[in-house]
Amino acid sequence: MPFVEAVRMALTTLWTQKLKSFFSLLGVLIGVTFLIAVVSIVQGMNVYMENEFANRLVGLNTFQVRRMPNFNMGNITDEMWREWLRRPRINYGDASFIQAKLETPAIFSRSCDDRTQIVANGKSAKDIRIEVVDPGYFTIKNYDFSAGRPFTAQEARAGLPVAVIGNDVAEKMFPGIDPIGKSIAIGGLPYRVLGVTTKQGTLFGMSLDAFILAPFDSPLKRIACRLGYMDEFHVQTPSVNQMNQAVGETEGLMRIRRQLRPAQDNNFAIQTAEGALSGWKKISGVLFAALPGLVAISLVVGGIVIMNIMLMAVSERTREIGIRKALGAKRRDILAQFVIESATISTVGAAIGIVLGIGLAFVVKATTPLPAAVAPWSIGVGVFLGIFVGMVAGVYPASRASKLDPITALRAE
Amino acid sequence: MTDVVIQIVNLTREYLMGAERVQALRGVSLEIRRNEYVAIMGPSGSGKSTMMNLLGCLDTPSTGEYWLNGQEVSRMPDDALARVRNKEIGFVFQTFNLLPRASALQNVELPLVYAGTSARERRDRSRHALERVGLGNRMDHRPNELSGGQRQRVAIARALVNEPSILLADEPTGNLDSATSADVMRVFDLLHRQGQTIVVVTHEADIAAHAERVVTLRDGRIASDARQEKVQAA
Ligand SMILES: Nc1ncnc2c1ncn2[C@@H]1O[C@H](COP(=O)(O)OP(=O)(O)O)[C@@H](O)[C@H]1O
Ligand SMILES: [Mg+2]
Repeated sequence: MPFVEAVRMALTTLWTQKLKSFFSLLGVLIGVTFLIAVVSIVQGMNVYMENEFANRLVGLNTFQVRRMPNFNMGNITDEMWREWLRRPRINYGDASFIQAKLETPAIFSRSCDDRTQIVANGKSAKDIRIEVVDPGYFTIKNYDFSAGRPFTAQEARAGLPVAVIGNDVAEKMFPGIDPIGKSIAIGGLPYRVLGVTTKQGTLFGMSLDAFILAPFDSPLKRIACRLGYMDEFHVQTPSVNQMNQAVGETEGLMRIRRQLRPAQDNNFAIQTAEGALSGWKKISGVLFAALPGLVAISLVVGGIVIMNIMLMAVSERTREIGIRKALGAKRRDILAQFVIESATISTVGAAIGIVLGIGLAFVVKATTPLPAAVAPWSIGVGVFLGIFVGMVAGVYPASRASKLDPITALRAE
Repeated sequence: MTDVVIQIVNLTREYLMGAERVQALRGVSLEIRRNEYVAIMGPSGSGKSTMMNLLGCLDTPSTGEYWLNGQEVSRMPDDALARVRNKEIGFVFQTFNLLPRASALQNVELPLVYAGTSARERRDRSRHALERVGLGNRMDHRPNELSGGQRQRVAIARALVNEPSILLADEPTGNLDSATSADVMRVFDLLHRQGQTIVVVTHEADIAAHAERVVTLRDGRIASDARQEKVQAA
């Protein structure tokens, strides 16, 4: 029995018995849909987390010295949380100590942020992120400017009331107007706009462009930095190796400054991009570990359904089998016919599952902040599983068919 | 002797019905030569179908020998029998036994599919076979779009397409009215004139009248074996 013939016959059978076919496909279809969708979303998240999240929020080869970690995706116990709240905050002295003593070459920026109301161009906006930083911050964040410029070291040192604004703030406060040189009032004081950064886009649905940056020693510091403490101290090094070195050095410097004994744990956090990813890696690891089990269950169920459908097909088509045998079909011809038919049914299920899975991944991408990227290997695995499940499920019914006695089969109604 | 197509010697076939043994054939010996046209007659239950199934290699005898073209087929394993059915035998059934979802052409192609013939040759030979039975214009019809007589002619074309050494027909007109029966018998007569060896099972005398030789079975034995003047096809 030629292969193409058998496949064509299977497709004809599928097409003529649409409803029954649909149910027989369902198990494999669900299994493969699930496989593709989960892999796509997890894969998408991986790419996103590594390329976007970590490097955008933390910065390339950069770490932050903080009171507590700011990306918490693992589970944090009450005890951990209470310990964090007991820690001393990072102060200006800590920052200048590290900056003075660190031997690894690095760019630094202190930073404090808060959210407040701003007024400009006769408009007012609430809940805008304001942040005071050092000039090195623009390098660390790799910001480009769509208009104007960053503030200079001199302006920063003098603590002038100048500002760099994000793209959203520019569009919202100065629609159709060039914002450079205009003034924005924050906390009753005017700040002159020096530059606008290029659009950064969104992260998990949150805008990365709704901010105002001012020099650390500008009057805005009084709003952003509460009680003379700092939120984060950014350190950027030229390479990964140097970053690891600098992290070690910084940890030692902080322990000296805080006079920690060897037995005492760090009472500060050093946040790296990798550290920010560790929580996500745990989650995706669990998802990937659970995936084979879930897919296997639906494929086993799907295989059993297909086997029953094939057993039914064999008994419904006993006479056809008799006719084929009378015309010269050997056992292996009949065996191959039903195994191929079963594999075809299952592969069609897998193909629909692949399409639905990709569709589902894109629906998730379009309707939630979750990203999605279809992994080509998962499509290969889906097709393979479809063929494999169908063949395995088809063997028993096919072997029953192949063993039918031609005369008995011909007499069947 | 190469001229002998079928030789059966002391053939028996018994069936087990629970504890009971049914002796369907009780020792039948027969020789059929090339281009013979044989009718097998006999009352219902006399063993005609049993004998046809054995001749057609659909079944194996309990004892006795069956030689087909000088080859002993009575002890052959399954797959070897499938080959013999495919290459040497053309079978026509009372109930046509066409695949309902396949076109006339696809039905006729089936034996060639199992013979491993290429798609192109399959189509050419099947067309030709359908033309021989006068269905050149019905190739793409499905069985349910054809009359009974046409269906049986498709079945005959299918039986012929592998150029079998023998054409076997078990009550080929049993499901047809007398006019269509006559049509189908004309096809058999034509094939016979073209050199085809034919064995037809029937219990109707006017069908048997087309043959040159009539073998009558009774209780699983040959009761008579006689040559006769063949009726002239109209
Ligand atoms: N598969 C079978 N199982 C049991 N008995 C059978 C079977 N096939 C045929 N027979 C019996 O064998 C005898 C001959 O049957 P058959 O060859 O069909 O006769 P015919 O075709 O001449 O009517 C009958 O008695 C029938 O009941
Ligand atoms: Mg009979």
